[in-house]
Amino acid sequence: MNHRMSMATDTPARNTKLMNRFDLTSRLLAKLSHQEAVIGGIGNTNFDLWAAGHRPQNFYMLGSMGLSFPIALGVALAQPKRGVFALEGDGSLLMQMGCLTTIATLKPSNLHMIVMDNGIYQITGAQPTPAAGVSDMVAIAIGCGLSNSAWAADEEDFERLVEKSLSTSGPTLIGVRIDDKPGIGTTRRDPVQIRERFMLGLGVREAL
Amino acid sequence: MVAAEGQISPKALDKKPPDKGPRDENPWHEVVRQTLKRNDIRLVPYVPDRVLTTLIRSLHADPFFTIFPTAREEEAVGIISGAWMGGMRGAVLMQTSGFATLANVLASLAVPYQIPLIMFVSERGTLGEFNFGQSLVCRTMRPVLDALAMEHHTATRLDEFEFIVDRSIKQAIATQAPVAIILSPLLTGGKVFEK
Repeated sequence: MNHRMSMATDTPARNTKLMNRFDLTSRLLAKLSHQEAVIGGIGNTNFDLWAAGHRPQNFYMLGSMGLSFPIALGVALAQPKRGVFALEGDGSLLMQMGCLTTIATLKPSNLHMIVMDNGIYQITGAQPTPAAGVSDMVAIAIGCGLSNSAWAADEEDFERLVEKSLSTSGPTLIGVRIDDKPGIGTTRRDPVQIRERFMLGLGVREAL
Repeated sequence: MVAAEGQISPKALDKKPPDKGPRDENPWHEVVRQTLKRNDIRLVPYVPDRVLTTLIRSLHADPFFTIFPTAREEEAVGIISGAWMGGMRGAVLMQTSGFATLANVLASLAVPYQIPLIMFVSERGTLGEFNFGQSLVCRTMRPVLDALAMEHHTATRLDEFEFIVDRSIKQAIATQAPVAIILSPLLTGGKVFEK
């Protein structure tokens, strides 16, 4: 297995281990020690981020499918010294694939993207996405100009790629193939409180 | 030949200070640039429109702004929302048909999360539209804004424009609510059928 970034075509999705979203999210959070922002996408990436343990720097998106990466890009542009991680499902990324080109053009060095790919819309009844089993999300990212993109072969490889993201100038993208399990928790759906707490966590606001 | 004393020559008329009339005010796109700057609005993602060309060019030329195109308007809304939460102000530029793609992101992100999303919408589909589709999609814009009880203003006159833009930006930020500033062809000239 070739472990270099930028060589995603050497590690096609079908050869990667089937991992678990909650487990990977927990592993990611355990690696973060500098109050990095983490943006959860719609549904399961969000639920598992919540379940992995709330941090003031977590943002939980509700309803605007596909906007995890654009929201993270905005945070990254506003706070260029803070590391920003964004979690997105494969179906969500299909909804807003054009954002990869924007990110590739702007090259925010502090933005790190993680694509959780199970090939299904798990939350709506596990229907396959139009890309399932055919399209390679990491190859698409590379084609969009995100050369620091790679599939994680297994959990250890994922952790290695996260560490590499933290030490490498971004943008970076990690693809992980995951199982069909639903998210573990359920985010408390209170948009104003989510936003306000996130702004407190980013040092933009002071508590009332 | 010497002009008789007390008479005003045609040349003297030319030298008279210019009227403070509308022709001498800043054009609408310059009002937008200056008002954004005055309100510290630095981030401007956009999906272009012919009418916005001069504004986009002038913002690109001003290093104060971080301005770039996005693939879709809702992507730009996501970027502005993230930037706001990170402490940076922004505004989105688009045309009417682009606004029509935004109902979901307005209803799920900008309005419920109380994001002061500032939108400039170049109004196509009215006052001389040549594309039937544009005229139809234009009719969906204000009903969507009204359905979400969103603040919106249609700017038609240059003499009111700075007031509308400046006050709308300040209100959006103070009340943490999105606002749409619709740029009527009466203000911008619109896009006319050429070929």
